[in-house]
Amino acid sequence: MSERLLMGNEAIALGAIHAGVNVVSGYPGTPSTEILETVAKNNKEGSVYVEWSVNEKAALEVGAGAAYSGARSLVTMKQVGLNVASDPLMSLAYVGVKGGMVIVSADDPGPISSQTEQDTRHFAQFAKLPVFDPSSPEEAYQMIQDAFELSERYSTPVLFRPTTRVCHGCASVEVRDSFEPHKPEGFVKDSKRWVIFPRASYLNHCRIEKRDPALGDELSSYRFNTLTGSGRKGIATHGISYAYTCEALSSAEGAGEYKLLKISTPNPFPEKLALEFLQELDEVVCIEELDPVIERALTYIAGKYGLKVKISGKLDGTVAPAGENTVESVKDVLSKFLDIKFDQPEMPPLPELPVRPPVLCAGCPHRASFYAVKQATKGIKAVYSGDIGCYTLGNAMPLDMVDTCLCMGADVTIAQGIHRVEPDTVNFSFIGDSTFFASGITGVVNAVYNRTDIILIVLDNSTTAMTGHQPHPGTGVTMMGDVCAAVSIEKILEAVGCTYVKTVDPLDLAAAESAVREAMALTGVKAIIMKSPCIAVTKPAKRFAVDPEKCINCKKCIRELGCPAIVLTDGRPAIEPGLCYGCGICAQVCPVKAIGRED
Amino acid sequence: MNNILLCGVGGQGTVLASKLIAFAAMERGDSVRTSETIGMSQRGGCVVSHVRAGKDINSPMLPKGSADMIIAFEPAEAVRNISYLKRGGTVIVNKKAVKPVTASLTGSSYDGSEALAYLSENVEKLVVIDGDEICAKCGSPKVLNIALLAAAAKTGALGMTLEELKNAIQKRIPEKFRELNLRAVELA
Repeated sequence: MSERLLMGNEAIALGAIHAGVNVVSGYPGTPSTEILETVAKNNKEGSVYVEWSVNEKAALEVGAGAAYSGARSLVTMKQVGLNVASDPLMSLAYVGVKGGMVIVSADDPGPISSQTEQDTRHFAQFAKLPVFDPSSPEEAYQMIQDAFELSERYSTPVLFRPTTRVCHGCASVEVRDSFEPHKPEGFVKDSKRWVIFPRASYLNHCRIEKRDPALGDELSSYRFNTLTGSGRKGIATHGISYAYTCEALSSAEGAGEYKLLKISTPNPFPEKLALEFLQELDEVVCIEELDPVIERALTYIAGKYGLKVKISGKLDGTVAPAGENTVESVKDVLSKFLDIKFDQPEMPPLPELPVRPPVLCAGCPHRASFYAVKQATKGIKAVYSGDIGCYTLGNAMPLDMVDTCLCMGADVTIAQGIHRVEPDTVNFSFIGDSTFFASGITGVVNAVYNRTDIILIVLDNSTTAMTGHQPHPGTGVTMMGDVCAAVSIEKILEAVGCTYVKTVDPLDLAAAESAVREAMALTGVKAIIMKSPCIAVTKPAKRFAVDPEKCINCKKCIRELGCPAIVLTDGRPAIEPGLCYGCGICAQVCPVKAIGRED
Repeated sequence: MNNILLCGVGGQGTVLASKLIAFAAMERGDSVRTSETIGMSQRGGCVVSHVRAGKDINSPMLPKGSADMIIAFEPAEAVRNISYLKRGGTVIVNKKAVKPVTASLTGSSYDGSEALAYLSENVEKLVVIDGDEICAKCGSPKVLNIALLAAAAKTGALGMTLEELKNAIQKRIPEKFRELNLRAVELA
């Protein structure tokens, strides 16, 4: 064993490798992305097969196929990705697996970088799958190995649900120095087992309902479900909230007696352990993030066994219903529950501080694409449907070019729905390259088939930028380090029957604008691929500077572009040399040609 | 236990600085917990790194009022996170303000002076660093994080000595950037 400083996601990856994982698939999404990347980084001999799949559904099915063949497979995604993968997930819960299969779905209380505050523990209940909920990187490293073992023993896929603060927190973790890859038996034909049919599903459903209470009892003695302390008051918690609770209690004096229950396997619920916790308690407070899963389970158990205990938490407003917990929010709850005080230094009121909303980077080609469409549609009734990625930031002032954003791929189809109600509106849909492959193509086919009239703008920056630059089918590289044929977005669009397909460089504003005008003059599904690489994967070009002699201080560059590199210095626009990437959009926007490339 | 909070604006290099503090603590035989801002806020938003070293640490994020030291890469970010400082804690702050894009758009006059005035009024142990000057002397804007760490180490309240910092740079920073960063330590 050796001690290493590991991020929670790295600990999950190494734990999976040390459990002998054979196949790892996933789709990038904060806070889960680094898990798969860490497996790839630690896969020098190539003993593990690793891929970024085209989306979460594909990833889960690849993992299932591998597990059918006796391999140990790991599938990674963020919580909203599990929605995409839910079709195979629900059925796979019935069919089961042969090799151990663990699906990591990282939740994001807050939410910090997500569309929803959904709780994968609930998804586990819905799909009837066991779920593990680690509270620290150390625990995650151990627990993912337990998850593989349990999955194989019960021939069921298992969910593994860390949250952002566990994924992105680092800790000193004791890790094994050597491991053996699992040896898969191979696929053994057995159509009764691997082909889902209504009759087999009925029998499988019966089997699962019988298995779960017994599994809950087994999990009551699982090493990471813990019950400590004594007294007539009880605190029930889980995950990172457990760490906050311990932190708060360690600084409390005179807290008196209390029991502390930590639930690491919320489904099937460890009822025996919970009953032992509830015995002789007068009051319980449940400190949870996202949904009140433990609170509902304890309330049910108290009712089932006729226990007279008051259970509070999210359902009665004792704990905030939404948002993430902090040591401070937990202290607030505990100070009332245990009647204790926490010492807190007071600071005088703060001066007004600058707001720093996230923005498109200086030099980002998306800024140029949005600006070109905005210029070409001046005075025209148009709706701009956006999607998930860096380009969601196109909604910020002064661009203000994202009117809708729902979920991956929805820009293409939302635009079609709006068009059905408002045929005289020009409907634009903006989609990134990775999102196009993930779930945009079906939407385009839908548009062509149903003879709608939209303009699709593919923002092709040749990477998956928002999550940290992962390759995708259009980039021509894989996670195994192979160079492969890049899938052409242009050819796909031509093949499905778009009436207009053109690729332009958005940094050439005039060409991009003229392509938009051409497309607007036609009917049908028109597509423009605005192709220019993300600045984070290219070297900066020569910087630009404002010539103070020529500048008339009209501030058009600032008012229209919102580029972080253009600042006001002594009331006049200036370009921060350290921030400029040399995209040159400002030079094209300046009415008096006062901005030029530095020599 | 040693609690350090690093804060700044996305892209300023707070993550590497927190990694070096954590590395040095582990070399000393301490256990470490850290927490980082990753994701959307990296794009020009506020970023915070929490580093805790010692024994029996529970939360990866510092409780408020517990930081032995705040290392702020930007004045307003120091003020924004001041509630994390413990009584008698130290603040190391880079004096150059980073104006948000919104400031250029709205014509807001934020220049960091008000934030620095608040700090000098309310923080007893305050060290203001001219990071730009050190970066200019080194010939690279990328050494701001090391310059601030070196200044922090000199106060004695960081829990990491200058020697430990140099050792961490030797072991954790790629060879081609090592000399540059060691020079920043000398100049800070």
